[in-house]
Amino acid sequence: MSQDQFVLPGDIIVTGDYQPEQNVILDGDRLMSTAIGFSEIKDDLVTVTPLTGLYIPKTDDLVVGKIVSHNALSWEVNINSYYPGILTASDIFGKDYSPSRDDLSLKLNTGDIVLARIANLGSRDPLITITGENLGKIDSGELVKISPAKIPRLTEKNGSMIQTIEESTNATITVGQNGLIILKCDNSAGLKKAIASVKMIGMIQYEVNIEDKIQNILDESN
Amino acid sequence: MGGREANVVLLDENGIRSDGRKVNETRKVTIKAGVLKNAGGSAYIEFGGNKILAGVFGPRDVHPKHMSNPDTGILRVRYHMEPFSVDERKKPAPSRREIEISKVITEALTPAVILEKFPRTAIDVYLEVLQADGGTRCAALAAASVALADAGIPMRDLVSACAAGKAADAIILDVNNEEDQAGQADMPIGYMPNLGKITLLQLDGVLTTDEFKKCIELGLEGCKQVYEIQKSALREKYFSSGDNN
Repeated sequence: MSQDQFVLPGDIIVTGDYQPEQNVILDGDRLMSTAIGFSEIKDDLVTVTPLTGLYIPKTDDLVVGKIVSHNALSWEVNINSYYPGILTASDIFGKDYSPSRDDLSLKLNTGDIVLARIANLGSRDPLITITGENLGKIDSGELVKISPAKIPRLTEKNGSMIQTIEESTNATITVGQNGLIILKCDNSAGLKKAIASVKMIGMIQYEVNIEDKIQNILDESN
Repeated sequence: MGGREANVVLLDENGIRSDGRKVNETRKVTIKAGVLKNAGGSAYIEFGGNKILAGVFGPRDVHPKHMSNPDTGILRVRYHMEPFSVDERKKPAPSRREIEISKVITEALTPAVILEKFPRTAIDVYLEVLQADGGTRCAALAAASVALADAGIPMRDLVSACAAGKAADAIILDVNNEEDQAGQADMPIGYMPNLGKITLLQLDGVLTTDEFKKCIELGLEGCKQVYEIQKSALREKYFSSGDNN
């Protein structure tokens, strides 16, 4: 059996003395995949990178979310995951926040888009924060949604793919790990191309030569 | 059971069944994964004359709230037959039979799905039978398992399904509608091929111990054939070239 391979749920990746990691379970001495994806064996660790599914929150991840609702103490944010992100009121108003004095809807309204960071994953819904550089409400730009499973393809090799797109279109691209991407660009032709490139990465299944395809889109009718 | 339609020849002298199959042959099965855009995962199966569409949502918030479990997710399955799926219009309200099938499919899928990863959520599976031709619960179960995998829900194994039975005193694989109506026994089986576990086993009719063993053996053979088709459906969607292993 080769080192890296495509696997489906239930497929036996390897048999023997290995440790199951992400999306892998142990059945006797057989290591089986639990997801559709790409399996990798590093030393004695076996992982499967999934090709489908919703976003699984990880602490310190950058995410783009949409405000769904708010109560007296927090906003509920859709972060394209199994659970809603919770943005606490004290995160914006500070420690002396008082529900009777401050009105949450003045700061963020239902439908607003925010760039946030996952602060804490407790046993309850994930807490998010917008305190930090460049974080907060997004006022302009184009929102593109791709599968969260495709984000690693977009950001691999230290974001060289994003740099290529940014350089040739003059767009600025903010990638949320949850599959939501914000693109900003002053000229509409560049914006169109940047959006097409990002959508392309979201569309295609596993293919080795993704860079060439992106280059084709960027080179088109310049 | 017991030969209600005595005039149908279920098995001729050459061992060929009413629809031209041999005793150990399944009907033609085709599966397509990811056919619906708005569902998290989906699949379409044609199992002989059966046509079934499966859609998966979630994991998502549980409504009503009291059904949610703080330790694990829950799996809910709705099996539903369209009014036009059978000869005479079927009332669209859930019948006793549909409620039963929803329950057995839920129980057949639960051992495969890793629900513990998603406490306080529900995974909803909707199965719509567009055309029925005997053995819909097996076909629906096979489609549901492909749709769950397509939705990216972690699973210990795919669940494949196929029925075996007895008609004209012979043990047969994949019972069709006539054989179900006029035959002697029908045994739907759900099976996790890699874990080697049976998750669904029902029996309608009477079998001797020997026949029962033969029936299971033949049924599992059918399940393995269906499993290969499920795998190729998922491979086709995700690993474009289709044969990467």
